[in-house]
Amino acid sequence: MSDSYLPAGMPAPAPHIDGLSKPYWDGTREGKLRIQKCRGCQSWQWGPEWICHRCHSFDLSWEEIEGKGIIYSYQRPHHPVHSALNGFGPYIAVLVELPAYGIRMVGNLLGDRLQSVPIGAAVEAVFEHHNDVTPPYTLVHWKLT
Amino acid sequence: MTDRTLRGKTAIAGIGETIYYKHGQSPDSEFKLALQAIVKACDDAGISPHEVDGFASYGDDRSDGPRLAAALGIKELKFSNMFWGGGGGGVCGAVGNASAAVATGMADCVIAFRSLAQGQYRRYGRSGAAAAVAGDDAFLFPYGVMSPAQRFAMKITRFMHDHRIKQEALRGIALACYHHAQKNPNAVMRGRELDEAKYDSSRWIIEPFHHLYDCCQENDGSAAVVVVPAERAKDMKNKPAYVMACGQGGDHRSAAPVHNMPNYPSSHFGKLAPRLYAMAKMAPSDMGIVQCYENFTGGVLMSLIEHGMVKPEEANEFLVKDNLIVEGGKMPLNTSGGNLAECYMHGLELVIESVRQIRGTAINQVANNDAAIIMGGPMVTPVSSLILGSEATL
Repeated sequence: MSDSYLPAGMPAPAPHIDGLSKPYWDGTREGKLRIQKCRGCQSWQWGPEWICHRCHSFDLSWEEIEGKGIIYSYQRPHHPVHSALNGFGPYIAVLVELPAYGIRMVGNLLGDRLQSVPIGAAVEAVFEHHNDVTPPYTLVHWKLT
Repeated sequence: MTDRTLRGKTAIAGIGETIYYKHGQSPDSEFKLALQAIVKACDDAGISPHEVDGFASYGDDRSDGPRLAAALGIKELKFSNMFWGGGGGGVCGAVGNASAAVATGMADCVIAFRSLAQGQYRRYGRSGAAAAVAGDDAFLFPYGVMSPAQRFAMKITRFMHDHRIKQEALRGIALACYHHAQKNPNAVMRGRELDEAKYDSSRWIIEPFHHLYDCCQENDGSAAVVVVPAERAKDMKNKPAYVMACGQGGDHRSAAPVHNMPNYPSSHFGKLAPRLYAMAKMAPSDMGIVQCYENFTGGVLMSLIEHGMVKPEEANEFLVKDNLIVEGGKMPLNTSGGNLAECYMHGLELVIESVRQIRGTAINQVANNDAAIIMGGPMVTPVSSLILGSEATL
Protein backbone atom coordinates (compact mmCIF):
# COMPACT_ATOMS: atom_id res chain seq x y z
CA MET A 1 0.00 0.00 0.00
CA SER A 2 1.67 3.21 -1.14
CA ASP A 3 0.01 5.80 1.08
CA SER A 4 0.54 4.13 4.44
CA TYR A 5 2.33 6.13 7.13
CA LEU A 6 5.13 3.60 7.53
CA PRO A 7 6.75 1.74 4.63
CA ALA A 8 5.52 -1.56 3.23
CA GLY A 9 7.02 -4.58 4.91
CA MET A 10 6.28 -3.62 8.49
CA PRO A 11 4.91 -6.49 10.59
CA ALA A 12 1.17 -6.92 10.11
CA PRO A 13 -1.10 -7.20 13.15
CA ALA A 14 -2.74 -10.52 13.89
CA PRO A 15 -5.29 -11.23 16.60
CA HIS A 16 -4.24 -13.11 19.69
CA ILE A 17 -3.87 -16.80 18.85
CA ASP A 18 -6.64 -17.58 21.35
CA GLY A 19 -8.98 -15.09 19.64
CA LEU A 20 -8.99 -12.54 22.46
CA SER A 21 -8.48 -9.42 20.33
CA LYS A 22 -10.30 -10.56 17.17
CA PRO A 23 -13.33 -8.27 17.71
CA TYR A 24 -11.02 -5.24 17.81
CA TRP A 25 -9.30 -6.08 14.54
CA ASP A 26 -12.60 -7.02 12.89
CA GLY A 27 -13.92 -3.61 13.99
CA THR A 28 -11.07 -1.66 12.46
CA ARG A 29 -11.84 -3.27 9.09
CA GLU A 30 -15.25 -1.62 9.32
CA GLY A 31 -13.76 1.72 10.38
CA LYS A 32 -14.98 1.24 13.94
CA LEU A 33 -13.00 1.45 17.17
CA ARG A 34 -14.23 -1.21 19.58
CA ILE A 35 -12.96 -1.97 23.06
CA GLN A 36 -14.18 -4.14 25.89
CA LYS A 37 -16.95 -3.11 28.26
CA CYS A 38 -17.80 -5.16 31.31
CA ARG A 39 -21.44 -6.19 31.53
CA GLY A 40 -20.94 -6.77 35.23
CA CYS A 41 -19.76 -3.33 36.36
CA GLN A 42 -20.15 -1.31 33.13
CA SER A 43 -16.49 -0.24 33.13
CA TRP A 44 -14.33 0.02 30.03
CA GLN A 45 -11.20 -2.09 29.63
CA TRP A 46 -8.23 -1.82 27.30
CA GLY A 47 -6.10 -3.72 26.22
CA PRO A 48 -8.19 -6.80 25.92
CA GLU A 49 -8.33 -9.47 28.58
CA TRP A 50 -10.62 -12.41 29.31
CA ILE A 51 -11.76 -11.05 32.65
CA CYS A 52 -12.73 -7.65 34.06
CA HIS A 53 -9.92 -6.61 36.38
CA ARG A 54 -12.37 -4.65 38.55
CA CYS A 55 -15.29 -7.03 39.23
CA HIS A 56 -13.89 -10.31 37.80
CA SER A 57 -16.83 -10.85 35.50
CA PHE A 58 -16.08 -12.90 32.42
CA ASP A 59 -19.01 -11.27 30.64
CA LEU A 60 -17.30 -8.64 28.53
CA SER A 61 -18.86 -7.07 25.45
CA TRP A 62 -17.16 -5.17 22.63
CA GLU A 63 -18.57 -1.66 22.21
CA GLU A 64 -17.80 1.02 19.67
CA ILE A 65 -16.14 4.10 21.13
CA GLU A 66 -15.47 7.58 19.83
CA GLY A 67 -11.93 7.93 18.54
CA LYS A 68 -11.10 11.19 20.27
CA GLY A 69 -8.28 11.71 22.70
CA ILE A 70 -5.30 13.75 23.76
CA ILE A 71 -1.60 13.09 23.31
CA TYR A 72 -0.31 11.70 26.60
CA SER A 73 3.23 10.97 25.43
CA TYR A 74 5.19 10.44 22.23
CA GLN A 75 8.44 9.40 20.64
CA ARG A 76 10.22 10.03 17.38
CA PRO A 77 12.40 6.99 16.62
CA HIS A 78 15.32 7.65 14.30
CA HIS A 79 17.25 4.40 14.44
CA PRO A 80 15.68 1.76 12.17
CA VAL A 81 15.17 -1.44 14.12
CA HIS A 82 13.35 -3.29 11.35
CA SER A 83 14.51 -3.84 7.80
CA ALA A 84 11.40 -2.14 6.41
CA LEU A 85 12.51 1.08 8.11
CA ASN A 86 16.01 1.19 6.65
CA GLY A 87 16.54 4.58 5.01
CA PHE A 88 13.04 5.75 5.93
CA GLY A 89 14.03 8.28 8.58
CA PRO A 90 12.30 9.40 11.75
CA TYR A 91 8.61 8.85 12.42
CA ILE A 92 6.26 9.61 15.29
CA ALA A 93 4.48 7.23 17.63
CA VAL A 94 2.01 8.63 20.13
CA LEU A 95 0.35 7.36 23.26
CA VAL A 96 -3.17 8.73 23.18
CA GLU A 97 -5.34 9.03 26.25
CA LEU A 98 -9.09 8.66 25.71
CA PRO A 99 -10.46 10.34 28.85
CA ALA A 100 -14.06 9.33 28.15
CA TYR A 101 -13.10 5.69 28.60
CA GLY A 102 -10.08 5.90 30.92
CA ILE A 103 -7.81 4.09 28.47
CA ARG A 104 -4.77 4.71 26.26
CA MET A 105 -3.97 3.63 22.72
CA VAL A 106 -0.76 3.57 20.69
CA GLY A 107 -0.53 4.67 17.05
CA ASN A 108 1.35 6.94 14.69
CA LEU A 109 0.75 10.69 14.45
CA LEU A 110 -0.10 11.50 10.85
CA GLY A 111 1.39 14.49 9.07
CA ASP A 112 4.90 15.87 8.96
CA ARG A 113 7.18 13.30 10.52
CA LEU A 114 9.39 16.12 11.84
CA GLN A 115 6.57 18.17 13.39
CA SER A 116 6.77 19.10 17.03
CA VAL A 117 4.43 17.00 19.15
CA PRO A 118 2.52 18.86 21.85
CA ILE A 119 1.67 16.72 24.88
CA GLY A 120 -1.96 17.45 25.73
CA ALA A 121 -3.06 18.25 22.17
CA ALA A 122 -6.38 16.88 20.93
CA VAL A 123 -6.30 14.11 18.31
CA GLU A 124 -8.76 11.91 16.50
CA ALA A 125 -8.49 8.40 15.13
CA VAL A 126 -7.84 7.75 11.42
CA PHE A 127 -8.21 4.29 9.89
CA GLU A 128 -5.47 3.15 7.52
CA HIS A 129 -6.67 0.20 5.47
CA HIS A 130 -4.17 -2.30 4.12
CA ASN A 131 -6.36 -4.03 1.55
CA ASP A 132 -3.79 -5.47 -0.82
CA VAL A 133 -2.21 -7.89 1.64
CA THR A 134 -3.40 -11.30 2.72
CA PRO A 135 -5.10 -11.24 5.09
CA PRO A 136 -6.03 -7.53 4.85
CA TYR A 137 -5.92 -5.45 8.01
CA THR A 138 -6.52 -1.91 9.24
CA LEU A 139 -4.32 0.19 11.51
CA VAL A 140 -5.56 3.05 13.68
CA HIS A 141 -3.55 6.27 13.53
CA TRP A 142 -4.11 9.70 15.04
CA LYS A 143 -4.15 13.23 13.67
CA LEU A 144 -4.23 16.60 15.39
CA THR A 145 -7.65 18.25 15.42
CA MET B 1 6.08 -11.15 60.65
CA THR B 2 9.49 -10.47 62.15
CA ASP B 3 11.04 -13.81 61.26
CA ARG B 4 9.69 -13.75 57.70
CA THR B 5 12.69 -11.97 56.25
CA LEU B 6 15.77 -12.63 54.19
CA ARG B 7 17.72 -10.08 56.18
CA GLY B 8 21.22 -11.35 56.90
CA LYS B 9 20.36 -15.02 56.39
CA THR B 10 22.42 -15.60 53.27
CA ALA B 11 25.48 -14.15 51.61
CA ILE B 12 27.19 -13.97 48.27
CA ALA B 13 30.41 -15.90 48.79
CA GLY B 14 31.70 -16.06 45.23
CA ILE B 15 31.58 -14.05 42.03
CA GLY B 16 32.51 -14.99 38.48
CA GLU B 17 32.49 -13.23 35.14
CA THR B 18 33.65 -14.20 31.70
CA ILE B 19 35.49 -11.83 29.44
CA TYR B 20 32.87 -9.37 28.23
CA TYR B 21 32.49 -9.02 24.47
CA LYS B 22 30.65 -6.86 21.99
CA HIS B 23 27.70 -8.80 20.61
CA GLY B 24 28.80 -11.43 18.16
CA GLN B 25 32.42 -11.41 19.26
CA SER B 26 32.40 -14.20 21.82
CA PRO B 27 34.46 -17.16 20.56
CA ASP B 28 32.45 -19.36 22.90
CA SER B 29 28.83 -20.46 22.84
CA GLU B 30 26.32 -19.05 25.29
CA PHE B 31 26.14 -22.26 27.31
CA LYS B 32 29.94 -22.50 27.53
CA LEU B 33 30.04 -18.89 28.75
CA ALA B 34 27.57 -19.83 31.50
CA LEU B 35 29.77 -22.73 32.56
CA GLN B 36 32.86 -20.52 32.58
CA ALA B 37 31.23 -17.91 34.83
CA ILE B 38 29.89 -20.55 37.22
CA VAL B 39 33.25 -22.33 37.51
CA LYS B 40 34.95 -18.98 38.16
CA ALA B 41 32.39 -18.04 40.82
CA CYS B 42 32.92 -21.37 42.57
CA ASP B 43 36.69 -20.91 42.42
CA ASP B 44 36.31 -17.42 43.89
CA ALA B 45 34.21 -18.91 46.70
CA GLY B 46 36.78 -21.65 47.26
CA ILE B 47 34.34 -24.48 46.55
CA SER B 48 34.00 -27.19 43.95
CA PRO B 49 31.15 -26.84 41.46
CA HIS B 50 30.12 -30.27 42.75
CA GLU B 51 28.92 -28.51 45.92
CA VAL B 52 26.39 -26.43 44.00
CA ASP B 53 22.83 -27.70 44.38
CA GLY B 54 20.72 -25.03 42.74
CA PHE B 55 20.42 -22.48 39.96
CA ALA B 56 18.39 -19.29 39.66
CA SER B 57 18.20 -17.09 36.60
CA TYR B 58 15.97 -14.61 34.79
CA GLY B 59 15.30 -13.03 31.42
CA ASP B 60 14.33 -16.40 29.93
CA ASP B 61 17.93 -17.55 30.14
CA ARG B 62 18.51 -20.38 27.70
CA SER B 63 21.13 -22.14 29.88
CA ASP B 64 18.69 -24.13 31.94
CA GLY B 65 19.42 -25.46 35.40
CA PRO B 66 19.06 -29.18 34.68
CA ARG B 67 21.50 -29.02 31.76
CA LEU B 68 23.97 -27.04 33.88
CA ALA B 69 23.60 -29.59 36.66
CA ALA B 70 24.34 -32.44 34.28
CA ALA B 71 27.27 -30.66 32.65
CA LEU B 72 28.83 -29.79 36.01
CA GLY B 73 28.20 -33.18 37.58
CA ILE B 74 25.98 -31.76 40.33
CA LYS B 75 25.20 -34.63 42.66
CA GLU B 76 21.73 -33.53 43.67
CA LEU B 77 19.81 -30.62 42.14
CA LYS B 78 17.57 -29.10 44.81
CA PHE B 79 16.53 -25.78 43.27
CA SER B 80 16.01 -24.84 39.60
CA ASN B 81 14.30 -21.51 39.22
CA MET B 82 13.40 -18.95 36.56
CA PHE B 83 12.17 -15.42 37.31
CA TRP B 84 9.36 -14.46 34.90
CA GLY B 85 9.76 -11.51 32.56
CA GLY B 86 12.11 -10.42 29.84
CA GLY B 87 15.00 -8.06 30.15
CA GLY B 88 16.90 -7.53 33.35
CA GLY B 89 13.95 -7.01 35.67
CA GLY B 90 14.82 -10.28 37.36
CA VAL B 91 18.49 -9.68 38.05
CA CYS B 92 18.06 -8.91 41.74
CA GLY B 93 15.10 -11.26 41.94
CA ALA B 94 17.27 -14.18 40.85
CA VAL B 95 19.69 -13.45 43.67
CA GLY B 96 16.72 -13.06 46.00
CA ASN B 97 15.20 -16.33 44.85
CA ALA B 98 18.52 -18.11 45.34
CA SER B 99 18.69 -16.58 48.80
CA ALA B 100 15.14 -17.61 49.60
CA ALA B 101 15.97 -21.20 48.68
CA VAL B 102 19.07 -21.16 50.86
CA ALA B 103 17.42 -19.33 53.77
CA THR B 104 14.55 -21.79 53.90
CA GLY B 105 16.69 -24.89 53.60
CA MET B 106 15.43 -25.93 50.18
CA ALA B 107 19.01 -25.80 48.95
CA ASP B 108 22.44 -25.10 50.39
CA CYS B 109 24.53 -23.54 47.66
CA VAL B 110 22.74 -21.83 44.80
CA ILE B 111 24.16 -20.11 41.74
CA ALA B 112 22.37 -17.02 40.46
CA PHE B 113 23.57 -16.36 36.94
CA ARG B 114 22.92 -14.91 33.51
CA SER B 115 24.39 -16.01 30.20
CA LEU B 116 23.83 -14.05 27.05
CA ALA B 117 25.33 -14.36 23.60
CA GLN B 118 23.43 -11.90 21.44
CA GLY B 119 25.71 -12.83 18.59
CA GLN B 120 24.69 -16.48 18.76
CA TYR B 121 21.05 -15.59 19.21
CA ARG B 122 18.91 -12.57 18.32
CA ARG B 123 19.98 -9.05 19.27
CA TYR B 124 17.66 -7.20 21.63
CA GLY B 125 17.94 -4.00 19.62
CA ARG B 126 16.68 -5.49 16.36
CA SER B 127 13.18 -6.57 15.63
CA GLY B 128 12.57 -10.05 14.31
CA ALA B 129 11.62 -10.56 10.70
CA ALA B 130 8.18 -12.03 11.28
CA ALA B 131 5.62 -10.93 8.69
CA ALA B 132 2.86 -10.74 11.30
CA VAL B 133 2.75 -10.30 15.04
CA ALA B 134 -0.04 -11.49 17.30
CA GLY B 135 -1.27 -10.57 20.73
CA ASP B 136 -0.20 -7.39 22.49
CA ASP B 137 2.65 -6.81 20.04
CA ALA B 138 0.04 -6.40 17.30
CA PHE B 139 -0.95 -3.09 18.90
CA LEU B 140 2.66 -1.85 18.84
CA PHE B 141 4.88 -3.39 16.15
CA PRO B 142 2.94 -2.22 13.07
CA TYR B 143 3.36 1.35 14.38
CA GLY B 144 7.13 0.97 14.71
CA VAL B 145 7.10 0.46 18.49
CA MET B 146 9.24 -2.65 18.62
CA SER B 147 12.61 -2.47 20.33
CA PRO B 148 13.07 -2.13 24.09
CA ALA B 149 14.07 1.51 23.59
CA GLN B 150 10.84 2.18 21.72
CA ARG B 151 8.72 0.31 24.24
CA PHE B 152 10.00 2.47 27.08
CA ALA B 153 10.66 5.83 25.42
CA MET B 154 7.18 7.22 26.00
CA LYS B 155 7.39 6.49 29.73
CA ILE B 156 10.56 8.54 29.89
CA THR B 157 9.12 11.33 27.73
CA ARG B 158 6.14 11.68 30.05
CA PHE B 159 8.20 11.48 33.26
CA MET B 160 10.63 14.15 32.04
CA HIS B 161 7.66 16.27 30.95
CA ASP B 162 5.84 15.93 34.29
CA HIS B 163 8.90 16.77 36.38
CA ARG B 164 10.56 19.23 33.99
CA ILE B 165 13.76 17.22 33.93
CA LYS B 166 16.26 18.12 31.24
CA GLN B 167 18.39 16.05 28.91
CA GLU B 168 21.50 17.11 30.86
CA ALA B 169 20.42 14.97 33.82
CA LEU B 170 20.56 11.91 31.57
CA ARG B 171 23.90 13.06 30.21
CA GLY B 172 25.33 13.14 33.74
CA ILE B 173 24.37 9.48 34.22
CA ALA B 174 25.97 8.43 30.94
CA LEU B 175 29.17 10.37 31.60
CA ALA B 176 29.60 8.78 35.04
CA CYS B 177 29.19 5.24 33.69
CA TYR B 178 31.67 5.81 30.88
CA HIS B 179 34.06 7.51 33.30
CA HIS B 180 34.12 4.50 35.60
CA ALA B 181 34.65 2.09 32.71
CA GLN B 182 37.92 3.72 31.70
CA LYS B 183 39.90 2.06 34.53
CA ASN B 184 38.09 -1.30 34.28
CA PRO B 185 40.06 -3.80 32.18
CA ASN B 186 36.93 -5.92 31.56
CA ALA B 187 34.82 -2.95 30.41
CA VAL B 188 33.92 -3.18 26.76
CA MET B 189 33.93 0.64 26.51
CA ARG B 190 37.35 1.05 28.13
CA GLY B 191 39.38 3.38 25.96
CA ARG B 192 36.26 5.06 24.59
CA GLU B 193 35.89 8.10 26.78
CA LEU B 194 32.75 10.15 26.68
CA ASP B 195 32.51 13.89 27.22
CA GLU B 196 29.69 16.39 27.01
CA ALA B 197 30.40 17.39 23.42
CA LYS B 198 30.55 13.80 22.23
CA TYR B 199 27.29 13.01 24.03
CA ASP B 200 25.52 16.11 22.73
CA SER B 201 26.57 15.51 19.14
CA SER B 202 25.79 11.79 19.16
CA ARG B 203 22.97 10.65 16.92
CA TRP B 204 19.41 10.31 18.02
CA ILE B 205 18.15 6.82 18.61
CA ILE B 206 14.78 8.23 19.65
CA GLU B 207 13.73 11.84 20.19
CA PRO B 208 13.32 13.24 22.75
CA PHE B 209 15.91 12.08 25.30
CA HIS B 210 17.54 8.98 23.73
CA HIS B 211 20.92 9.87 22.26
CA LEU B 212 23.17 6.96 21.32
CA TYR B 213 24.91 7.15 24.70
CA ASP B 214 21.66 6.92 26.63
CA CYS B 215 21.25 3.35 25.44
CA CYS B 216 22.89 0.21 26.77
CA GLN B 217 25.25 -1.92 24.76
CA GLU B 218 24.49 -5.31 23.28
CA ASN B 219 27.01 -7.88 24.47
CA ASP B 220 28.06 -11.47 24.87
CA GLY B 221 29.14 -12.84 28.23
CA SER B 222 28.11 -14.50 31.43
CA ALA B 223 28.18 -13.72 35.13
CA ALA B 224 27.41 -15.76 38.23
CA VAL B 225 27.31 -15.47 42.00
CA VAL B 226 27.37 -18.15 44.69
CA VAL B 227 24.74 -17.82 47.44
CA VAL B 228 25.25 -19.74 50.69
CA PRO B 229 23.94 -19.54 54.27
CA ALA B 230 25.36 -16.56 56.18
CA GLU B 231 26.93 -18.71 58.87
CA ARG B 232 28.83 -20.69 56.26
CA ALA B 233 29.97 -17.57 54.40
CA LYS B 234 31.75 -16.26 57.48
CA ASP B 235 34.31 -19.06 57.23
CA MET B 236 34.86 -18.97 53.49
CA LYS B 237 37.65 -17.54 51.38
CA ASN B 238 36.32 -14.02 50.80
CA LYS B 239 34.59 -11.39 52.89
CA PRO B 240 30.84 -12.10 52.64
CA ALA B 241 28.37 -9.74 51.07
CA TYR B 242 25.22 -10.40 53.07
CA VAL B 243 21.84 -10.30 51.40
CA MET B 244 19.99 -7.75 53.51
CA ALA B 245 16.85 -7.46 51.42
CA CYS B 246 15.31 -8.27 48.08
CA GLY B 247 12.20 -6.76 46.60
CA GLN B 248 10.54 -7.85 43.41
CA GLY B 249 7.29 -7.33 41.56
CA GLY B 250 5.30 -4.52 40.02
CA ASP B 251 2.86 -1.75 40.75
CA HIS B 252 -0.91 -2.14 40.36
CA ARG B 253 -1.41 -3.63 36.87
CA SER B 254 2.04 -2.58 35.72
CA ALA B 255 1.74 -5.22 33.01
CA ALA B 256 -1.59 -3.86 31.73
CA PRO B 257 -1.58 -4.33 27.94
CA VAL B 258 -0.94 -1.62 25.34
CA HIS B 259 0.65 0.88 27.73
CA ASN B 260 -2.40 1.00 30.02
CA MET B 261 -0.65 0.59 33.37
CA PRO B 262 -2.22 3.16 35.73
CA ASN B 263 1.15 4.56 36.82
CA TYR B 264 2.62 4.92 33.36
CA PRO B 265 5.59 7.29 33.76
CA SER B 266 7.42 5.02 36.17
CA SER B 267 10.25 2.53 36.48
CA HIS B 268 7.81 0.43 38.59
CA PHE B 269 9.82 0.55 41.81
CA GLY B 270 7.43 2.84 43.68
CA LYS B 271 5.76 0.14 45.78
CA LEU B 272 8.78 -2.11 45.95
CA ALA B 273 11.32 0.34 47.39
CA PRO B 274 9.62 0.85 50.78
CA ARG B 275 9.39 -2.95 51.21
CA LEU B 276 13.04 -3.27 50.33
CA TYR B 277 14.23 -0.70 52.86
CA ALA B 278 11.91 -2.07 55.53
CA MET B 279 13.34 -5.57 55.15
CA ALA B 280 16.91 -4.29 55.24
CA LYS B 281 16.09 -1.95 58.15
CA MET B 282 18.04 0.67 56.28
CA ALA B 283 17.37 3.96 54.50
CA PRO B 284 18.47 5.43 51.16
CA SER B 285 21.04 7.53 53.00
CA ASP B 286 22.78 4.34 54.21
CA MET B 287 23.67 3.26 50.69
CA GLY B 288 27.28 4.10 49.96
CA ILE B 289 27.29 1.86 46.90
CA VAL B 290 24.67 2.65 44.27
CA GLN B 291 24.25 0.46 41.20
CA CYS B 292 21.37 1.05 38.84
CA TYR B 293 20.54 -0.97 35.76
CA GLU B 294 20.82 1.14 32.66
CA ASN B 295 18.75 -0.14 29.83
CA PHE B 296 18.31 3.56 29.14
CA THR B 297 19.45 6.53 31.19
CA GLY B 298 15.84 7.62 31.65
CA GLY B 299 15.21 4.36 33.47
CA VAL B 300 18.10 5.13 35.81
CA LEU B 301 16.64 8.56 36.50
CA MET B 302 13.25 7.11 37.46
CA SER B 303 14.81 4.29 39.49
CA LEU B 304 16.93 6.64 41.56
CA ILE B 305 13.90 8.80 42.26
CA GLU B 306 11.60 5.90 43.10
CA HIS B 307 14.22 4.44 45.45
CA GLY B 308 14.46 7.76 47.26
CA MET B 309 18.05 8.40 46.21
CA VAL B 310 17.22 11.66 44.41
CA LYS B 311 14.22 13.98 44.65
CA PRO B 312 12.59 14.77 41.31
CA GLU B 313 12.84 18.51 41.89
CA GLU B 314 16.57 18.17 42.53
CA ALA B 315 17.34 15.89 39.60
CA ASN B 316 18.51 18.58 37.20
CA GLU B 317 20.90 20.02 39.74
CA PHE B 318 22.14 16.76 41.28
CA LEU B 319 22.57 14.44 38.29
CA VAL B 320 25.84 15.84 37.01
CA LYS B 321 29.02 13.86 36.45
CA ASP B 322 30.90 15.36 39.39
CA ASN B 323 28.28 14.08 41.84
CA LEU B 324 28.19 10.58 40.34
CA ILE B 325 31.86 9.62 40.07
CA VAL B 326 33.99 7.91 42.65
CA GLU B 327 36.49 10.75 42.86
CA GLY B 328 34.74 13.09 45.29
CA GLY B 329 31.20 12.43 44.09
CA LYS B 330 28.31 12.60 46.55
CA MET B 331 26.71 9.45 45.09
CA PRO B 332 29.12 7.37 42.99
CA LEU B 333 26.99 5.48 40.47
CA ASN B 334 27.72 2.30 38.52
CA THR B 335 31.35 2.21 39.56
CA SER B 336 32.41 -0.49 37.08
CA GLY B 337 30.73 1.15 34.10
CA GLY B 338 27.44 -0.72 34.25
CA ASN B 339 25.34 -1.82 31.32
CA LEU B 340 26.29 1.31 29.39
CA ALA B 341 30.03 0.99 29.46
CA GLU B 342 31.18 -2.22 31.18
CA CYS B 343 28.86 -4.84 29.71
CA TYR B 344 25.15 -5.35 29.21
CA MET B 345 25.25 -8.48 31.35
CA HIS B 346 21.59 -7.87 32.15
CA GLY B 347 22.66 -6.14 35.35
CA LEU B 348 24.39 -9.05 37.03
CA GLU B 349 27.67 -7.16 36.57
CA LEU B 350 26.17 -4.57 38.93
CA VAL B 351 25.62 -7.21 41.62
CA ILE B 352 29.18 -8.45 41.17
CA GLU B 353 30.56 -4.91 41.36
CA SER B 354 28.61 -4.38 44.59
CA VAL B 355 30.27 -7.49 46.08
CA ARG B 356 33.72 -6.20 45.08
CA GLN B 357 32.89 -2.83 46.65
CA ILE B 358 31.84 -4.48 49.93
CA ARG B 359 35.01 -6.59 49.90
CA GLY B 360 37.06 -3.46 49.24
CA THR B 361 38.55 -4.86 46.04
CA ALA B 362 36.85 -2.68 43.41
CA ILE B 363 38.88 -0.79 40.86
CA ASN B 364 36.93 2.38 41.55
CA GLN B 365 36.62 1.74 45.27
CA VAL B 366 34.19 3.89 47.27
CA ALA B 367 35.06 4.81 50.85
CA ASN B 368 31.63 4.20 52.41
CA ASN B 369 31.35 0.55 51.39
CA ASP B 370 29.18 -1.15 53.99
CA ALA B 371 25.88 -1.15 52.11
CA ALA B 372 24.98 -1.49 48.46
CA ILE B 373 21.72 -1.01 46.62
CA ILE B 374 21.18 -2.58 43.22
CA MET B 375 18.12 -1.66 41.15
CA GLY B 376 17.30 -4.07 38.35
CA GLY B 377 15.57 -3.60 35.03
CA PRO B 378 13.62 -0.35 35.33
CA MET B 379 10.39 0.02 33.32
CA VAL B 380 9.94 -3.68 32.58
CA THR B 381 7.67 -5.65 34.84
CA PRO B 382 8.33 -7.33 37.14
CA VAL B 383 11.39 -5.47 38.40
CA SER B 384 13.60 -6.27 41.36
CA SER B 385 16.04 -4.65 43.76
CA LEU B 386 18.60 -5.86 46.22
CA ILE B 387 20.43 -4.52 49.26
CA LEU B 388 23.74 -6.14 50.17
CA GLY B 389 25.76 -5.36 53.25
CA SER B 390 29.00 -6.03 55.05
CA GLU B 391 29.08 -7.69 58.48
CA ALA B 392 28.79 -4.21 60.01
CA THR B 393 25.25 -3.88 58.67
CA LEU B 394 23.93 -7.09 60.22
